Amino acid sequence: MENSTNTNPTERISGAEAVVRSLLREGADLAYGYPGGAIMPIYDELYKYQDKLQHVLTRHEQGAIHAAQGFARVSGKVGVCLATSGPGATNLITGIADAQIDSTPLVCITGQVASHLLGTDAFQETDVISISAPVTKWNIQVTRSEDIPAAIAKAFYIAKSGRPGPVLIDITKDAQLGDLDYSYDKCTSVRSYKPVPKTDIEQVKAAAELINSAKKPFIVFGQGVILGEAEAEFKAFIEKAGIPSAWTVLGLSALPTEHYLNVGMVGMHGHYGPNKLTNECDVLIAVGMRFDDRVTGSLNTYAKQAKVVHFEIDPAEVDKNVKADVAVLGDSKDTLGKILPFINENKHDAWHNEFKKHWETEVEAVIDPQLNPTKEGLTMGEVINQVNKETHGDAIIVSDVGQHQMFTVRYADFTKTRSNVTSGGLGTMGFALPAAIGAKMGAPEREVVAYIGDGGYQMTCQELGTILQTGVAVKIVVLNNEYLGMVRQWQQLFFDKRYASTTMVNPDFIKLAEAYDIQAQKVSKREDLAGAVKEMIASDKSYFLEVMIEKEDNVFPMVPTGACVSEVRLS
Amino acid sequence: MEELFTISVYTENNPGLLNRIATIFLKRHINIESLNVSRSEIENVHRFTIVARMKELAVKKLVGQIEKQIEVIKAYYHTDDEIIFHETALYKMASSLLFEQREIQNVIKNSSANIVTVDPEFFVIEKTGRRKDTEELYDQLEPYGIMQFVRSGRISVSKTEMNISTLLDKLK
Repeated sequence: MENSTNTNPTERISGAEAVVRSLLREGADLAYGYPGGAIMPIYDELYKYQDKLQHVLTRHEQGAIHAAQGFARVSGKVGVCLATSGPGATNLITGIADAQIDSTPLVCITGQVASHLLGTDAFQETDVISISAPVTKWNIQVTRSEDIPAAIAKAFYIAKSGRPGPVLIDITKDAQLGDLDYSYDKCTSVRSYKPVPKTDIEQVKAAAELINSAKKPFIVFGQGVILGEAEAEFKAFIEKAGIPSAWTVLGLSALPTEHYLNVGMVGMHGHYGPNKLTNECDVLIAVGMRFDDRVTGSLNTYAKQAKVVHFEIDPAEVDKNVKADVAVLGDSKDTLGKILPFINENKHDAWHNEFKKHWETEVEAVIDPQLNPTKEGLTMGEVINQVNKETHGDAIIVSDVGQHQMFTVRYADFTKTRSNVTSGGLGTMGFALPAAIGAKMGAPEREVVAYIGDGGYQMTCQELGTILQTGVAVKIVVLNNEYLGMVRQWQQLFFDKRYASTTMVNPDFIKLAEAYDIQAQKVSKREDLAGAVKEMIASDKSYFLEVMIEKEDNVFPMVPTGACVSEVRLS
Repeated sequence: MEELFTISVYTENNPGLLNRIATIFLKRHINIESLNVSRSEIENVHRFTIVARMKELAVKKLVGQIEKQIEVIKAYYHTDDEIIFHETALYKMASSLLFEQREIQNVIKNSSANIVTVDPEFFVIEKTGRRKDTEELYDQLEPYGIMQFVRSGRISVSKTEMNISTLLDKLK
């Protein structure tokens, strides 16, 4: 049921070799993984092909998949990871769920027990097809060697086309060991699958008409701009229309921080103006975003006064959370290109001034105290700001999950797209360290800085071993407040300061880094910060910087769960 | 307001798909009232017929999620007045009743049910129709003692066209 191209002469090889050769045919020269019984034939082939396909041995399968995610997010290529059956496969699940909700293209290959043992509760047998079904874009179990090339071809096509996502191929051991007549045909279509819906030009015109008639238009853009490689078209569109534009966490870096139309972030810890003015705009233009609850707060009071235009590649997202008055389906690069000629040039100066006024309020109440604190304790914002000064916003910034993540997306500067790597939809603690490893390998010429909390760091810090073994140069900044800070903040605000299980007694992180031969420094005083950051960025090797942070600092602004976005609190 | 919807899903033949489709209902706490899988009018294309109760807004989103599955070709939803639908029920009864309780023969005749098999020990009645028809017969037979009862999922065809063939031609 699939169409394919490039038929090649056949050759007799093993299923395992077919896996490796098919990966190479898809341009995958890097894979992350962890060997084990049911995937050993494939690892044996990786040994043979090690000069063509680099395999990075992580310290846990979760590390492998987050690394593959980091790689995919910065490079735009499909991330590849390998794991054995049973626990190997189940350890991938968190990362697969993360990639599914954040639309990251991945091909995961898991070994499986021999087909005659399927269903017998054999050693390390797990029904990974059923387990992964709800969190994969597609998955398949292959039990015959001859089905391997087509499964891999289809997997890559599905992972990267349309709205990207993770796919999983489970290959039984006998299929890896058996022979097949190998030829590789790339997959170019699947008849039941339409990756990009057809754009209706009448909808494009209707959208343009609404946008042109708006007095207070407001754009919220998401990762769809980045995934569609539509940054230039997006910029041309907003500049011509003169519309203030705010980003979701995953849309961050699609538009440079300093762009005059960039008004900041929407959502729970977004900026004050974008949240307040969401409920004052007359036309809300959503581009490649899905109105997540962290963006909208209470849907009953979200932008009720506005007409909504939704540019979206996934038809199931239209009207899912917020009803669109005009939906423009299609690939963002295409639709934003198509709408441009219909857009009138505009400035909306008075409207922009409202954003400026709110910005000034936020600077005074929140941003200035964060970046130029008068209290003794260090703030996360000032650390991030110090790194901005050294990197000039050119670095890839990876963040984990929690308070530091919100400080990072609020305060880190970006000049280039595909530079913000964070676990948005799933909120996976432990994501950042392995994702940073993958990000550096996906963009070796770029500086990669990972901001991680002391909690999340300890979820995957075994990946320091991967850094040791590969020599990959990532800069790790642990912002240590000796708390699970975001949960503690909620306990303070909503649970009457009952700090249940959020206090962290931490090990000596410096010794830990040094045990892995990583240069490390700890900063506890403000006067030591600039020098330490300078040294870290100047280093051409991996570097670990621990900064002791004011223990009970909070992230603001904040839209409490279920509140209305315009009820955003500054303290 | 919640209504009864019949959802028809045209799919490729993939054993994992039933699981994926069921999960979409489960995730939203929507109870599947009946489910039937069969071939369709197109070679190698399967057809799921699923009956569930929900609001129209919910069924719209649900069908969107079903269509998102790679191997789903197309999904539709209909209300009862938009389709022709039936269920089949089987009633296993003791054969002695045919001789000892002669009026049971009238019950069968009046309900236009069929006797599909007669064995020395038991006989099997088949009744096809709407839910109320099979229920009515059940109520009438119950006093005689039903040895086994089973009812199939709903099967339905839509009054309007479902353009699957043309859709597949276009996708080719």
